[in-house]
Order: sequence, then structure tokens, then C-alpha cells
Amino acid sequence: MSMTATIPAGTPMAAGANEPRGQRPKPFFTPKKIMLYTVLVFFSLYYLFPLYVMLTTSLKTMPEIRFGNIFALPTAPSFDAWFKAWSSACTGLTCNGLAPGFWNSVKITIPSTIVSIFIAAVNGYALVNWRFKGSEIFFSILIFGSFIPYQVMLYPLVMITRELGIFGSLQAVILIHTIFGMPILTLLFRNYFASLPQELFKAARVDGAGFWRIFFEIMLPMSLPIFVVALILQITGIWNDFLFGVVFAGNVNYPMTVQLNNIVNSAQGTPEYNVNMAATVLTGLVPLTVYFVSGKWFVRGVAAGAVKG
Amino acid sequence: MQQSVSIRDLTLNFGSVKVLEHLNLDIAQGEFIVLLGPSGCGKSTLLNCIAGLLDVSDGQIFISGKNVTWLEPKDRGIGMVFQSYALYPQMTVEKNLSFGLRVAGMPKAEIDQRVARAAEILQIQPLLQRKPANLSGGQRQRVAIGRALVRDVDVFLFDEPLSNLDAKLRSDLRVEIKRLHQRLKNTMIYVTHDQIEALTLADRIAIMKNGVIQQLADPATIYNKPVNLYVAGFIGSPSMNFIPGTLDGETFTANDGTRIPVGAYDFVTRLSGATKSVLGVRPEHILLGDAARNMPFQTQAEIEIVEPMGSETLAWTKVAGVPVTFRCSSDIPLHVGEKVTVGFDIARGSLFNAESEARL
Amino acid sequence: MADTAAPLAMGAERVDRPGLLQRIFLHNVPAKIAALPMVATVLVVFVGCVAWTIYYSFTNSKLLPTGKFVGFDQYERLFATSRWNVSVWNLIAYGSMSLVFTLVIGFILAVLIDQKIRFESAFRTIMLYPFALSFIVTGLVWQWIMNPTLGLQGTLRGLGWTGFTFDWIANPRMVLFALLIAGLWHGTGFCMVLMLAGLRGVDEEVWKAARIDGIPTWRTYVSIVIPMMRGVLVTAVVIIGSGIVRLYDLVVALTNGGPGISSEVPAKYVFNYMFSGGNIGQGLAGATMMLLTVLIIMIPWAYLEFGGKGRRT
Ligand SMILES: Nc1ncnc2c1ncn2[C@@H]1O[C@H](COP(=O)(O)OP(=O)(O)OP(=O)(O)O)[C@@H](O)[C@H]1O
Ligand SMILES: [Mg+2]
Repeated sequence: MSMTATIPAGTPMAAGANEPRGQRPKPFFTPKKIMLYTVLVFFSLYYLFPLYVMLTTSLKTMPEIRFGNIFALPTAPSFDAWFKAWSSACTGLTCNGLAPGFWNSVKITIPSTIVSIFIAAVNGYALVNWRFKGSEIFFSILIFGSFIPYQVMLYPLVMITRELGIFGSLQAVILIHTIFGMPILTLLFRNYFASLPQELFKAARVDGAGFWRIFFEIMLPMSLPIFVVALILQITGIWNDFLFGVVFAGNVNYPMTVQLNNIVNSAQGTPEYNVNMAATVLTGLVPLTVYFVSGKWFVRGVAAGAVKG
Repeated sequence: MQQSVSIRDLTLNFGSVKVLEHLNLDIAQGEFIVLLGPSGCGKSTLLNCIAGLLDVSDGQIFISGKNVTWLEPKDRGIGMVFQSYALYPQMTVEKNLSFGLRVAGMPKAEIDQRVARAAEILQIQPLLQRKPANLSGGQRQRVAIGRALVRDVDVFLFDEPLSNLDAKLRSDLRVEIKRLHQRLKNTMIYVTHDQIEALTLADRIAIMKNGVIQQLADPATIYNKPVNLYVAGFIGSPSMNFIPGTLDGETFTANDGTRIPVGAYDFVTRLSGATKSVLGVRPEHILLGDAARNMPFQTQAEIEIVEPMGSETLAWTKVAGVPVTFRCSSDIPLHVGEKVTVGFDIARGSLFNAESEARL
Repeated sequence: MADTAAPLAMGAERVDRPGLLQRIFLHNVPAKIAALPMVATVLVVFVGCVAWTIYYSFTNSKLLPTGKFVGFDQYERLFATSRWNVSVWNLIAYGSMSLVFTLVIGFILAVLIDQKIRFESAFRTIMLYPFALSFIVTGLVWQWIMNPTLGLQGTLRGLGWTGFTFDWIANPRMVLFALLIAGLWHGTGFCMVLMLAGLRGVDEEVWKAARIDGIPTWRTYVSIVIPMMRGVLVTAVVIIGSGIVRLYDLVVALTNGGPGISSEVPAKYVFNYMFSGGNIGQGLAGATMMLLTVLIIMIPWAYLEFGGKGRRT
């Protein structure tokens, strides 16, 4: 449409009629636009390529992998490698596949997520509405602590959990996730509660409600968005954890990431790349699902982690 | 032709939303035009089109006789002042003023001279080495005006420049903008939704609603002879009293049967036969006591609420079955429940067609 | 507590005033109980455990932590161990490259995304999804892609480009770049999101003012927008930086420190000495050095953010 407004080349400038009018003519392809989309597409390929390779490799057979090329689509897609990765792939010692790791991860992720979010929500609430002497100092150390490398606290924590008699058990991993999830989640909840109108809290206090009643009956019902953000953050974070799983869970409770690494990196014999990739896809499936389902919320969670107190 | 800014048939859509449609506006050299209207009526959009910050969908824009419809903002000979000041926070005031000139590669001596002149006009010489964060709101807005000033342009555009300031500063800066206009004699287009600003500053006011200019006239005309019900209700505080009824010849009959002779009214159009219409009277055109007796219409009314405002008093009452406010000197003692004689100064009132809402 | 100096005879009247102890323990009780996990975490983990680690890094603990104090012995040994030195150099080399590239790519992508492009959310989704995956998954995928015989190199050679070389994970001199490719794949999307939030936080009227001043777009970014994004940039550096110091899972999955010790990193060194090397003192000394590194990043930041009082608006 905008082309009708342009002046045909060579036409003499008749007064008024041919002067610029309406939308500024914009060619659809400007060099700038071409550059822009070229760069974006190039980067998108970089980001998408591993996903493509992961999926296609997992659907191929070993001979096809050995003689074909990594870009090719599987000639006869088959989920055999997926089944093998799930139920019978071998780590160094056993051949039970990823399935036990998956269930361990579920057993770790669900309680860790619930406990850590609940504690952090209460913390955030107490920090905003029930300040006591020193509460801000504790909070500052907590935030500062979130930047300390885990290795610094790892050994003493092993000793503590050993003393408590839970080292090498699910309880130990849950405890550790609760501890290390606390800084970021507390920050999240504190900022959220601080953004709610304080009059609500004051009105409830005047009505005689106490700490827990206000928390459960006034604050929680208003906190759904931040719970969703925290949920996304924790589910992906805990599912993706490797270090705490290796150290605290004990052999029988290894989470999926640890099992996956064992299957791929310490398996004996000739490596089966299709099974490896199938196992990798399976491990990535839960966080990817959370990511694609939650969409904007994931971005909010990620960005919330960056907002400083 | 002494047109400074001409807008021809301007149309602007955001996607399928038409914000401005076939808008025409001619602004003379050195004129101070105020665009006034409720939030969302398209004032900023119009200003951004003139500035070249938005590409128009259709129509043409001329500045100083030149068709600028397709030109970049910097080439249009305009300067613009924003509501949020939009100063570059990490630069000193001096750098803020000179940045555009330096980028354009102007010789240093000339930059210095222009900055010095702007600083002198706006009285911000002592602030030149400070950063915007260390300035008060009023000072910041002065610097923002200075940034338009150094560009040495024909047309100044202001988008609600005073809205972020408190009431006192706002009235101070208002006077200063007026002084600036008198000194520079540039064309100025000024967006606001504060009617006091509009009435005090403007040579002409354009009242906008839904992207359409309702009336373009000098402040006195806008105030005294609004072209339609919307303008009448929008301008004036407290707003005009409206009495719905029927007009037949020179007699207006309110809905409750009260007859009001309107022979003194200066009709724009005369209608034959009875017409549904609305009589509008401003609060200060309702008179009391002796003054009321000389008026073509007078009646007894009971005072319901009294609001002393210091220099004057506002009173609420009922005439012809509808609530009516009037304004009188605070010397006159008024009491709630008291019956007073009120008279309407019909010659200075307004009559509108109830259907088309246009002035009769 | 000025009134503590009052004569004892008046003590009876002070009963209704809560004393110091009462105020600490009886005031606001449910809140304090509720905050107990936080207080315990701070005191036991972030203060206690850190102090314990620092203290025992000065002992000769081998299989079990013991109390024999040996001064800086562990540190001297640490820096005499080539594996540690390689780890430190790797961290410096990888860390500086990773930090710079993550910031630059993240910023450029954010700028591109911010150009009112079509399919904005599709591009954003594609760029951020790797961040949802674990480092283990990231490492294993790239390990497969970079597999010299069957991965990208093998494929392109098989297609006739016989001179093509992409054997970085098997090449001690290039292995850090292999790590970098995987690390950037995982983290640049996150940086982009941060930067985009920063860009969108810049007042739109500032952009308009710059356009009216006739300032070219690139110049507006360099001279006006980037300085305005200082807060976001600093936050990004701190978050990315402390993530780099922690780098562990990615190395384990991608190269497991190899070939040889050419891609070892401090976190892995510490882990191995603590849990399989049977030399806890060494591990703790390494951990303390990691802490020191983080402090070196954190302290200037904390000073800038919280020290210069009232500088931020
Ligand atoms: N980028 C945009 N996309 C779509 N619609 C827009 C956009 N910008 C403005 N609008 C719409 O155009 C209309 C006019 O907006 P404009 O900003 O001009 O109003 P305004 O008169 O300046 O109001 P205010 O007094 O609040 O500043 C509004 O209805 C607004 O919602
Ligand atoms: Mg506006």
C-alpha cells in the first residue's frame, strides 16, 4: 500500500500533489533488517542445533550413527534407544537404566520444593511484616552467603548430616536443598510481600489476628504468582542439581543427573551414542516441559533471581 | 503565508486502532498553541507525529513551509521537552545541553556560545557542572527546555512538561515558559491536561476528544462560547451548570416546566419549532440579590451546601429541578437552608442542541 | 538504657518496662520461631561451616579432620601442585573469556531482540531454553557433538571436507574453548534476559530525546543507554562471575578434567581431594581459595551497591 505514496522516479515535482505524503516509504528488505535477522537466525541455529542432534541421534540405530552423519534425520526412527536408556542401560555396576534415577529425582524434588518454598515464604513474611532486631542482618548474610561456592561449606555439612544420622539418605539431600534454596527464595518472597499494601497487614493486626493466622489467611491467598515463580525456580533447579545428589544422596538414591552422567561417562564397553542421547533427552525432559509450559513465568523467575534486595 | 506548522489530513493508526483521523491544524508563526484533552485522546500522539517520532499513516506535515512528512526528527527544525525530562543521567548539565551539537560536529566555540546563551536565558549557569540526579524537579525541567533551546529551532514541542512538578513549582515554571515565549517569539505547541495551564499560556487552545479537535480558538472564546456540550463541560472548574429542557423560539422550558426566557441569548443558528436542548450557565453567571433582579430569569432557591474558598464562595442549590452551583463574593453571607433570589445572565450562557450537542 | 543508672529504690517502677533479655526472647515470639530456620542456616552454614573450613584448612587433616595446626603448609603445597595451578589458570582463562563473551553476546542479542522484531517471543524462547537444562545435559550433548570421529568433525570430513578440524575436547590446548562453547550455549540466554530487562527499563522518552538531538542509534547505546544500565551490568557480572567460580558439573560431564589434567578447575580439585583423594586439608585450602576469589568479586560490588550511601536514586 505504501508504494502508492512514493514518487515515481523522473516525474517532475508538480506542486503539492507529489510531495511526501502519508507513510514514509520503507523497503521491506533494508540491509539493516537483513543483518538483524541473519544474526538472530545464526544464533538460533547455535541454540537449536544441540536439541536437534540430541533428538535425531536418540532415534537412530548404532550402525546408522557410525556410518551416517550427525545432521541427517533418522531413516527409520525408533524409540528402542529410549526404552533401553529408561530401563536397561548400564552404569558402571548395574544395568537398570535411568528409571531408578528418575524416581529418585522425583522423591528428592517434590519434598525439597515444598519444604524450601514453605520455609522461605515464612522467612520473607517475617522479614517484611514482623521485623525483629537483627532480622535484616541475618537476611544480608543469607544473601551474601548465596554467592559463596558450595565447596566451601560442603565438608562441614557432610559431617553435620553424618552426626544427624541422615548422611547418604533422601532427608540429607532435602535438607541441603532447603538450605541452599533459602537465599534466593527468601529474597523473592520478601520482595513480593514488601510490594503488597501494608494496610492489609495492619488491618488484620487491628482485627486481632496473629502471626500464623495472617500468614495463612491473608498473605498466602494473595501470593499465588510468586509461588508459581518459586515453584518453577525450585523444580528446575533441584532437578538439574548434580553436586548435592552425588555427595549427600548415597548410591541407592542417586538422582537422574548423576545416573545419566554415570551411564554416559563411566559405562564399560563400546559407547551406544543413541542410548546416551536418549538418556540425555529423558533427563532434560522435565525441566524442558516446565520451561515450555510456564513460558513467561520462567523468565520472571530467572529475572527475579537477578533483582537485588 | 505565515504558517509555521501545518497539518493536513493527518491520520495515524496503531495497527487497527485509529488514534487520529483526518486531522487538520494550521499554526501561525510565533503562536502558542495548547493541545488540551482528557487522557488517551491522542495529544501525545499528535505531538510525536509533528516531531517525527511516529510515522504517520496518511497526510502531510509542513514546518516553516517545508514538507517534513518523511524527514528525521533532527532535520525538522524542532525541539522537544518531555514530561519525564529525559535528561541523560550520567552527563553533566552542560554535556546534556551540548551532546546533540557535539554529535552533529558543530565547532566548539559555537557550542559554548549557544550553551552559555541557553544557560543565561534559563538562569541555570550555576548548575552547569552538576548531574541531573543532583537537581530539583524544576531545575531538571529547565535543563530539558535548555536542550531544546540550544538547537536554535523554529518550533518548540512540550509534552506535559510540568505534570511531574508540585503545584507551586508548576505555577512558577508556567510563568517562566510564558516569559520565554515572549522573549523568543518561537512557535510553541504545548500538550497538557491542566486547563489552568491551557487558559493562561495559550494564544489558541485546541480541545481534543478521541483524536478529533473539537474546538480551536482563543481562550476567551473557548470559555465563553464553547462550540459543543463536551467543550462546555470540559473547560471551567467547577464546571458549567446544565439544565435539560426544550427550546421553542425564545423560550426555554426546563424538564420540570420552569420557563426561562432566552431572548438575550446570541443565537448562532435559529431553529424553528420545539427542540430538545440544554441550557448551560457558568457558576459565575448566576447572580444574587439586586443584581439578579436585572436578569431576564430569576427565581427563589434554597441553599443546600456552602463551600467558602477564601476569595469567593461556592454554593449549591436547585433550580428547575436540577442541582446548580454558583459562585459569589465571600463578602455575601450565605447560610444553608436560606432562600435567596438567583438570576441567570442568559446573554453569557450557552444553548446546545441536546441531540447533536452543538451550540445553538 | 539510660535508666539503669537510676537508684535501686525506684526499681519497683521499672517492672513494666521490658528488660533487655525479655525484649530479645519474649517480644515478637512467633516471628522469631518462624525465622529459626533462617537464623540457623545463617549461623550454622554460612558462618559456622565457612569458619570451620577456613580453620581446618590450616591443619594437616588427611582422612579425617584433626586439630593439628600447621600454618600455611596446605597452601604452600596447594600452589606447588601442578594440578591446582592448572586449575587456577584454567579458571582465569575460561572465566575471563566466558564473562566477556557472555556479557557481549547477551547484550547484543538483547539489543537485537529489542528492535521490535517479528517472532520476538519465539527467538527469546529459543535463546533461553538451554538455561533450563542442567550442566550435565549440556556437557553430554556437546561432548557428543564434538566427538572427533562421529560428531561434527567426522561428519564434515565424511562429506568431503577432509581438512576440517574440530577436535577441541581431545586437544589439551583447545579444550577450554570446547568448554566455552558449551558454557555460552547454556548461559548467554540468561544474560540476554537480564540485559533485555535493563534495556526495557530505560525511559522511552530518553530515546525520543536522543532522536530529536540527532544522535545515531549506536551512539545512543554506547553513550547513554549502557551507562544507564550500570545496575543491571554489575548484577550480571556478579551473578555470572560467581557461577564461573563454581564451575563443576559442566567440566565433569564434558571432559571430566581431560585430556590429562588440561581442563581441571578448582571446584573439581577441591571435590576430589575432599571425597576421594583422602586429603581433606588440601581440599579445604582449595575451598578457602575459592572463597577468596568470590570475595574479590563481591566486595567491590557490595561497596558500590551499598557502601556509597544514597548515590542511587
Ligand atoms: N504504541 C501504541 N500502540 C497502540 N496504541 C497506542 C500506542 N500509543 C498510544 N496508543 C493509544 O493511542 C491513544 C492516544 O494516546 P496518547 O498517548 O496520544 O494519549 P494522550 O492524549 O497523550 O494521553 P495522556 O494525557 O494520558 O498522555 C490511546 O488510546 C493509547 O492507548
Ligand atoms: Mg501523553
